Amino acid sequence: MAIEKLLKYEHDNKFSLTISKSESRLYMSFIGFAFIALFVGGLMGLLQVLVRSGYYTLPAGIDYYQVLTVHGVILGLVLTTYFIIGFQYALMGKTVGISETQFRVAWLGFWIMTLGTIMSAITILYGKASVLYTFYAPLQAHPAFYIGLALVIIGSWIACFVNWRQLYVWKKKHPGEKSPLLAFMVVINMIMWFIATLGVAASVLLQFIPWSLGYAATIDVLLSRTLFWYFGHPLVYFWLLPAYMAWYAIIPKIIGGKIFSDSLARLSFVLFLFFSIPVGLHHQLTEPGVQTTWKFVQIILTFMVIVPSLMTAFSMFATFEITGRRKGFGGLFGWFVHLPWKDVRFLAPFIGMLAFIPGGAGGLINASYQLNSVIHNTIWVTGHFHLTVATTVILTFFGITYWLVPHLTGRKLTPTINRLGIIQTIFWAVGMTIMSTAMHIQGLLGGPRRSAYSEYGGSEQVAEWGAYQVAQAVGGTILFIGIVLMVYIFIKLAFFSPKGNEEFPIAKEEMDAEPTPMWLERWKLWVTITIALILFAYTIPIIDIIQHAPPGSAPFAWPIGNN
Amino acid sequence: MHLHKYEKWWLIFGVGTLIAFLLILAYGAFYLGTHPQSHGVTIDPENIGAEETFKPENLGLTKLDEGKYVLNVVASAFNYDLGTDEEGKPVKHIQIPKGSTVLIQAVTPDVIHGFNIAGTNANMMVEPGFISSMEVTLNKPGEYTLLCNEYCGSGHHMMFATVEVTE
Repeated sequence: MAIEKLLKYEHDNKFSLTISKSESRLYMSFIGFAFIALFVGGLMGLLQVLVRSGYYTLPAGIDYYQVLTVHGVILGLVLTTYFIIGFQYALMGKTVGISETQFRVAWLGFWIMTLGTIMSAITILYGKASVLYTFYAPLQAHPAFYIGLALVIIGSWIACFVNWRQLYVWKKKHPGEKSPLLAFMVVINMIMWFIATLGVAASVLLQFIPWSLGYAATIDVLLSRTLFWYFGHPLVYFWLLPAYMAWYAIIPKIIGGKIFSDSLARLSFVLFLFFSIPVGLHHQLTEPGVQTTWKFVQIILTFMVIVPSLMTAFSMFATFEITGRRKGFGGLFGWFVHLPWKDVRFLAPFIGMLAFIPGGAGGLINASYQLNSVIHNTIWVTGHFHLTVATTVILTFFGITYWLVPHLTGRKLTPTINRLGIIQTIFWAVGMTIMSTAMHIQGLLGGPRRSAYSEYGGSEQVAEWGAYQVAQAVGGTILFIGIVLMVYIFIKLAFFSPKGNEEFPIAKEEMDAEPTPMWLERWKLWVTITIALILFAYTIPIIDIIQHAPPGSAPFAWPIGNN
Repeated sequence: MHLHKYEKWWLIFGVGTLIAFLLILAYGAFYLGTHPQSHGVTIDPENIGAEETFKPENLGLTKLDEGKYVLNVVASAFNYDLGTDEEGKPVKHIQIPKGSTVLIQAVTPDVIHGFNIAGTNANMMVEPGFISSMEVTLNKPGEYTLLCNEYCGSGHHMMFATVEVTE
């Protein structure tokens, strides 16, 4: 009996396939593209904080909002999507494998996304699309901008289809077995992404493209915004869930421990699928055309993500404590003191976890119905998502890069790069603390987001904001040094580090872990509940928006200089 | 599925807090009646002058009664139209005695704008096709900046006026 159990344990935890050279090239193409995006987007961020300090003017008549559009599009949409898809492919390749056909289709997705990105980038660089990454109508960009965005989305759908197919084929070959945890998580994230992007795709394909080409005279502004935010909030969970994959299933291995609970990890991902999408109205609380009742309903649904978030926090610290105690570090905090602080693969994601405490608390404030009007569209919001996405998520992605890139390129993470990585993490933590804190405070004082430097006629109130904008420039400059360091580390790991075999760390379950209940793999049920919640939260508001629509809006190209 | 004892406590604490937060928000919303603006009153963005409220002579601050004001605003790229003074110059500075209630009504003939009296709760989106409105009471004397906090184009940061709350 014991031997049988041991054999089953060995079998269930044998999820390490070998990633071939050609597969590595595919995954590295996505990740490499993400690092190009990081450098360009980071440089734009530096220009923004410098302009806003009041001591610097952009050369050659470059428009601040053009720079801001590049920053938002390339970091919010390009860097994240490319890194996530590359990382998720690597996880699938390692746990369930990829077939020859799937591999070819995956490349097709890469090229469609890249074509789209280049189209949009050229449009922005020509000054024809300074509409920021939210592209709110009736500001009108050149049609190529919207078509490019549509191609990025369509390319990312191909990744969805391939990932689903990968797990499906694996399950056919392994009847009655639970799917590998990481593959399960990837598939959940891609289901969420697909359902969420349907909204923005509908808006871009049916509203923006015909309108920007002149086939439609007017656009329903409120409908386009509602479809955008139907996508806009799950977008942030699409960024966050890959970080959670690393926290649940990779970090435990790095610190020398086991997965805390396979079932809880899966359950929390299912809950994220349910409660990520039917919540977009909390971005539209101060809008005139949406009914209060439905705003409030979606606030309740928004707050539900607290449950899986708290489960995740508990799992993390439980893993840390169990692992530490097992290693013999007693006392109240001995396990904590002896965490592998000098291993950048742990340190970077850990700082990310810490940032999620104020980040999540700030998110609760933002979603708190009435409190929202205190901070809506102030630079507090910018401070908030620079904690969540630009610290929690991105530091975890950096933490992944330190082992994934050398694993894929057949090189080693050397002690020197590890030390440089720790310095990079410290730069990031310090820079972001300064910048984000200054943004939060200035936001509470009323300072607006998405605005170039302005003294607003020289009022006393605005003069008070100056010091915070200087602090943001200091923090932003430190962050930019962090970006240069990270890009250097990436190049080093990809091309110059010594040859070797870097481990792909995937944690195992405890020997005596309770079996994961099979009901967690009722995919059809999860998708049905997700769609039911979306229909509940959105059907009446959207019918109302369409039925009570005002006359539509003609395009406005001149305010953004798109003449 | 097994839940650790401490995890149960942790989740009970978390869900309890969540319910408490939501009850406070619901109390504020449905008992005290504090909602963000959501009136759904529509207007033709190409013909805002057809609406009595937004005819040029009705723009700006009007005193209705002791301590009761109405502020009608047309927000356009890149200007807040608050009416004209006696000399026919555009108004860029308004004064409101502290403690008065002000009904703010704002529309846009072009793109989306923000309406925020910085540092106060007077914060709303102004979208083509809708009349944005909310009633506020400004209790703290001082000079505030009314500014656009939703990106509206290259002159977005030049769109402002001042609001003085007087003793």
